[in-house]
Amino acid sequence: MAERTLEEWAAAFRAGDRRALARALTWAEAGDGRAQRLLALVGGGGRRAHAVGVTGSPGVGKSSLVDRLAVALRRRGRTVGVVAVDPSSPFSGGAILGDRVRMAEAALDSGVFVRSLATRGRMGGLSAATGDAIRLMDAFGKDAVVVETVGAGQAEVDVMGLVDSVVVVLAPGLGDDVQAIKAGILEIADVLVVNKADRPGADLAVRELRQMLLLGGGRPEEADAGRVPGWEVPVLRTSATTGEGVEELADALDRHRQALAASGAGAARRLRAAEGALADALARTAVAEVRRAAPTMWEEAVRRLADGEASPAAAAHELWAAARGARSGGRAWTSP
Amino acid sequence: MDAAGTRPIRVIVAKVGLDGHDRGAKVVARAFRDAGMEVVYTGLHRTPEEVVEAAVQEDVDVVGLSVLSGAHMTLVPRVLQLLRERGLEDVLVVVGGIVPEEDAQALRRMGVAEVFGPGTETQALVRFVRQHVGARA
Repeated sequence: MAERTLEEWAAAFRAGDRRALARALTWAEAGDGRAQRLLALVGGGGRRAHAVGVTGSPGVGKSSLVDRLAVALRRRGRTVGVVAVDPSSPFSGGAILGDRVRMAEAALDSGVFVRSLATRGRMGGLSAATGDAIRLMDAFGKDAVVVETVGAGQAEVDVMGLVDSVVVVLAPGLGDDVQAIKAGILEIADVLVVNKADRPGADLAVRELRQMLLLGGGRPEEADAGRVPGWEVPVLRTSATTGEGVEELADALDRHRQALAASGAGAARRLRAAEGALADALARTAVAEVRRAAPTMWEEAVRRLADGEASPAAAAHELWAAARGARSGGRAWTSP
Repeated sequence: MDAAGTRPIRVIVAKVGLDGHDRGAKVVARAFRDAGMEVVYTGLHRTPEEVVEAAVQEDVDVVGLSVLSGAHMTLVPRVLQLLRERGLEDVLVVVGGIVPEEDAQALRRMGVAEVFGPGTETQALVRFVRQHVGARA
């Protein structure tokens, strides 16, 4: 089959051809400039979709819950995009993207588009293409885009910079985890969910979380323009097995979206998201440029890092200096 | 197929049909991952329609079908037909499972790139996929 031109892909995208969205996502993942050019052609500028991040430790049931949430949103007449992120193997660079196993119900619905992304070496629980994936699904016309992060620990708060509303998912029986995350991802939660509520210990987990929020474990009041005034983080019980609590979760997200729009917080978050996207794009550009300007040095640094002979920060400094030197020295290194 | 050239090969490994044996599919998924590929794993009991829709959304280079139920002569042609209908005729299709040689020949004539039986070394499978996806790129 002859390869289509970008204009043909854009026309297919506008016509709602899911293959065109899929191909654009592939471009975004590969850092291929055609993703941005397609977005420009289809007018994917401002965001309209409600972007929801779903994060939490491995095994708490994020994928199953996202499946249920997508179905609940569909019942409300919304079209849904799902971005499911799984880790790449640090050894081979390969990945097993298994979220579809638990997204069987939503995947049967043509109003739901599920795309699995591998982290491809990026830390923070997301793929570098996540922001672009949200923009592409939005431009495709999805009313809601749900981003499921990799099983996240304390540090994986990057999703906050990309979405409007953050759902942090926990499961009963992870009592120590609750303690551990209170300063981490608990702080970024707009909605807290105790999933697997059909299991013993759910009530205890809910009580602990409510207590923690009373003690001020939620978003800091000051110095956070993205905080919605008066928003009390709901703690919900859900079961992806029985469907319990999923409607309440969809309700809470709708309320949060309204509260974001009614206060200045939504705008502040979009500003922060834009800043995050810019920083992301800049980082990717910098990596591409450094690899182009000093490819041998790059590979050497990778080997040294792998052998534990250098720290990432020190190696990054050296590479950056070398690439800048290459540029001022007049060697070929053109801006994209 | 893309200018970037650095992106990993994307494979969907799907269990179609009613059999509940996914050990082989998991071993294969892992071998592909260890070879640096991105493997979308679908889980058990997928219909041809589900597999092809997933292949569309995930923009895969390869569809790997595991069929141990004996229903390969109905399920695999259906997948091939749906792939063509969705414009994915350039996707490499490989089949793993217990398939008699005459059926394997018939499937190859229909467009399956290769049929891998029990005892296939995973490295042979990885090599085959690399060579044939490389040829399309």
